[in-house]
Amino acid sequence: MSANPINTQQEVVLSVEGLKVYFRSEDEVARAVDGVDFEVRRRETVCLVGESGCGKTVSALALLGLIPRPPGEIAGGRVRFCGENLLNCSEDALQAVRGRRIGMVFQEPQTSLNPVFTIGAQIAEPLRIHLALPEPAIRERSLQLLADVGIESPEQRLADYPHQLSGGQRQRVMIAMALACDPELIIADEPTTALDVTVQAQILRLINRLQKAHAMSVLYITHDLGVVSQIADRVYVMYAGVIVETGAAEPLLRSPRHPYTRALLESLPSRRKRGLRLYSIPGTVPHPAYKPAGCPFHPRCPLAVADCRSRFPGMCAFEGGHAARCPVAAGRTDWRRS
Amino acid sequence: MSPEPASPAAYLEAPSRPKRTRFQEFWRLFRRNRMALAGLAVFALFFVMAVIGLALTSGSRPLLDPARVRLPEKLLPPLSTPHHPLLAPGEEPVLGVYLCGTDDLGRDVFARMLQGAWVSLTVGFVAVGISVAIGIVMGGLAGFYGQRRIRLEQLLVTAVLLAGAGILAAGRRPLGAAVLIIGHAWLFWSISPWGLRRRRALPAGLGFLRRDTLMVDTLIMRFVDIMLCFPSFFLILTVVALLPASIYTIMIVIGLTSWEGTARFVRAEFLALREQDFVAAARALGVSNLRIIFRHMVPNAVAPVLVSATIGIASAILTEAGLSFLGFGVPPPHATWGNILSDGKRFIFDAPWLTFIPGAAILIVVLSFNLFGEGLRDILNPRSRERN
Repeated sequence: MSANPINTQQEVVLSVEGLKVYFRSEDEVARAVDGVDFEVRRRETVCLVGESGCGKTVSALALLGLIPRPPGEIAGGRVRFCGENLLNCSEDALQAVRGRRIGMVFQEPQTSLNPVFTIGAQIAEPLRIHLALPEPAIRERSLQLLADVGIESPEQRLADYPHQLSGGQRQRVMIAMALACDPELIIADEPTTALDVTVQAQILRLINRLQKAHAMSVLYITHDLGVVSQIADRVYVMYAGVIVETGAAEPLLRSPRHPYTRALLESLPSRRKRGLRLYSIPGTVPHPAYKPAGCPFHPRCPLAVADCRSRFPGMCAFEGGHAARCPVAAGRTDWRRS
Repeated sequence: MSPEPASPAAYLEAPSRPKRTRFQEFWRLFRRNRMALAGLAVFALFFVMAVIGLALTSGSRPLLDPARVRLPEKLLPPLSTPHHPLLAPGEEPVLGVYLCGTDDLGRDVFARMLQGAWVSLTVGFVAVGISVAIGIVMGGLAGFYGQRRIRLEQLLVTAVLLAGAGILAAGRRPLGAAVLIIGHAWLFWSISPWGLRRRRALPAGLGFLRRDTLMVDTLIMRFVDIMLCFPSFFLILTVVALLPASIYTIMIVIGLTSWEGTARFVRAEFLALREQDFVAAARALGVSNLRIIFRHMVPNAVAPVLVSATIGIASAILTEAGLSFLGFGVPPPHATWGNILSDGKRFIFDAPWLTFIPGAAILIVVLSFNLFGEGLRDILNPRSRERN
């Protein structure tokens, strides 16, 4: 599955500008998302990549208004979805967008379905809320959706409870629910993390097929660069609440510019590195309430210079829309993967 | 891109599973619990008897008349036959025998017990219905919206409304009505779109009205604690003494004073459920908060509520019997188990059946509800289920 060539003419469906999400507690402010910009165009698969705790999920929840407030707060930024700023919308207006125009698939298929209702009742929920279809149409559409996501004998599955389904099937049901109202955008928050590798491959193929069939955009959140290389058109790499590198998937993965992206790729096992000790990034992700001054990555960065400790790096453009938040790497364009 | 193959993996994914519905599974576990089964059987019997009893003892010419006084036949032991010559036509018991004997006025105790069964049944179910409804709403609010804070303005509106109601109750009608109208006007203004829009432009001096005060959770749960501080039987006794005696008053008062346990259960369940992924998923589907609470969360929280409701019915029946025994219950011509017991206690040595029969009935019914409730708890709680 190769990445599609980027069509820059395509209309921007979702654009996030300078989004900041802070969590306040008694005596500290955790800056979970600290000025994130990204955009998703029509029919495009965009991956948001980063370690656990770097703010990927919080960004996704924030743009749907799902951050619990308090303790969370949107400290700034704009989320434009088809021209509307979602951050200014009322709760009612947001409810009309969620599930209807933006579908979301969660990480844990084991717990994302309500244990006391049948699959049929749960798939019917978005149809009932947003489309107000009559009952026979709801049933027909539910069957169609289950068939679409590749569930065998959908008739019987409708009467099943979530505990009677396997993890892969449950994730398919979640995807069917996200698709129910033909949304323009699907946000998939690590949908395959809880699944084993073969099921993961099936789900990725499924998402890809459905995206083509429904002409949707997909914002795919993951920490797995292997997944990124399979499905992404464009990639945003996040670290400590900021985007550190962005670009088309294939060139970005082939020649990463930011030392963090480079280190992430280094730490993947591969056949070439057989027998060698696997690389791991020294240190840990900074606590979101106590980020280092300057570049958040500098304490772990092999390229760090004096300026990195004091100055927050800007985005430096490279060829073909590729950009990285690292002036040091930008000055050393001859730098290659070792 | 290749279409997804109908691979063998799809077959492997289809789980092999026992084709049992939830109810079948429930019934299978329930049957093993002998005590609970016995409780259910007695409960069913009680239910049928109460319904039949209502049909037989009510109306203008009931088949079994619980109020028919036959003074010559007083204090007959159970299973004694009537002395026909002494009775006027139409006074003979329909069954030809006093199944449970007669009381000091010669009334048929069996008929009175049947009438009382209906009272116990309705008091139990209606009172528990009221308390469960209040408990679910209060517990649900505390569990779901608990972290929100109440604004000073809202507290003041409540205070004004309560003051208005108080003044009205004290007999100062025009003043009370005026205060109530002001309170309502304020309330509607503060929740109307017009008022909401003005909120940002509140005059500087009134800004303090929007100051956050208590958390919803604190308000509700401390109120629950306060309610639990009162010995509830004496609270009910006080209230009932002040209100006109009727079966409806008793139902409502018992219901209003016994919802705290349910509220605590529901709150505890909601605190756990609120963090569940499926609640987040429902929200991401655009489900409104009210629908999340009542459609998605309440069904997950019913198990402990069901158990406490079953046991609550038993205690409501007991409370009603206690009130009637003390003479604060259903007014006298109407029979209840409590007042049969109360009437009979004067003849406890001469006519022990007058105390024994209603006492045993109360014991058996309350015990059956408790056993049934405990059985439900064992089944609905997966941790204790494993032992079975």
